[in-house]
Amino acid sequence: MIYYLGSFLLIAIGLYAIIIKKNLIKILIGLNLAASGVNLLIVSIGYIKNGTAPIFSKIGINPSAMVDPIPQALTLTAIVIDASELALAVAFVVLLYRHYGTLDIKKIRSLKW
Amino acid sequence: MIRKIVYSIFLATIVLALVMFFAAYPFGKNKMTVGEYYLNNGVAQTGASNIVTSVVVDYRGFDTLGEVSVLFGAAAGVAILFFVLAENRRERKNITSPNFVVKVGSRIIFPFILLFGTYIFIHGHLTPGGGFQGGSIIASGFLLLYLAYPGTRVSRKKLSAVEGLAGLTFVLLGLYGLMLPESSFLFNFLPKGQLNALLSAGILPIIYIAIGFKVAAEFAGIVDDMMCEVICRGGEK
Repeated sequence: MIYYLGSFLLIAIGLYAIIIKKNLIKILIGLNLAASGVNLLIVSIGYIKNGTAPIFSKIGINPSAMVDPIPQALTLTAIVIDASELALAVAFVVLLYRHYGTLDIKKIRSLKW
Repeated sequence: MIRKIVYSIFLATIVLALVMFFAAYPFGKNKMTVGEYYLNNGVAQTGASNIVTSVVVDYRGFDTLGEVSVLFGAAAGVAILFFVLAENRRERKNITSPNFVVKVGSRIIFPFILLFGTYIFIHGHLTPGGGFQGGSIIASGFLLLYLAYPGTRVSRKKLSAVEGLAGLTFVLLGLYGLMLPESSFLFNFLPKGQLNALLSAGILPIIYIAIGFKVAAEFAGIVDDMMCEVICRGGEK
């Protein structure tokens, strides 16, 4: 249960940073926090009580005592994708900073709406 | 005003979705039927003792090919953006030389990081780990090298060659499975071998090694782009 609570909190903090903060770097940090929260949420869906890792490292492990492997497989790739997308976003931020000379989204005119 | 309305609708949707989710899936009880199927039949069908690996590389191998393409797209995007930036160059910045301890320590620890990353992706079908994790570990080793010796450059041509060959291995193995009489993309045509042996699970370790090289080369390329943005885009290139 603590995992659900923790992932909910992470998503909430991330969304707060995305919506309230004006600095682009802080928005990216919030985005990454929310992504970590989603990853934690997906992994904790697959958990079962007293489950073991889904690896048959010894003969005779009962497969019904293992946790669900699919959420783990999904997050495994999602973490790497997160990291590369963050790198791309940072590159965009560097480009914006070079062009406008500021990171404040209130001062960047083409981001206004 | 419009912003606030849009934001509140957005937040309300997310909170509603999360609450519905928490109500539908109590913690620590459910397991999806497809996950149950993979756990019961995965060893017999793929020969890998790590079921997560058999899901990533075998059952959803095509999906993983897509993920690797996304990774390639992101790395290419970073390279393109910093290439655009290179046009309006600035004066060379003064980089403080790293500490002596960092230099010597990174020189000692770098081969061990490479070894550890290689271990992680070679044993991907036996232990927790695999191509994505091992590749990231190797790229972190390159990051350490760049931080300790700011002048170093990894050859981009070699990185591109490694990345392209790894991706080609993945696709060609998949296409070869398509030519066999059983005929499915990424068909596991090699013998399964004995459970928990290093040479087992058919084409799964080969694909995971290819993914490891590809991820390592892509992340090293991203690190190289970012470090080059700070250091080598000065007066001369």
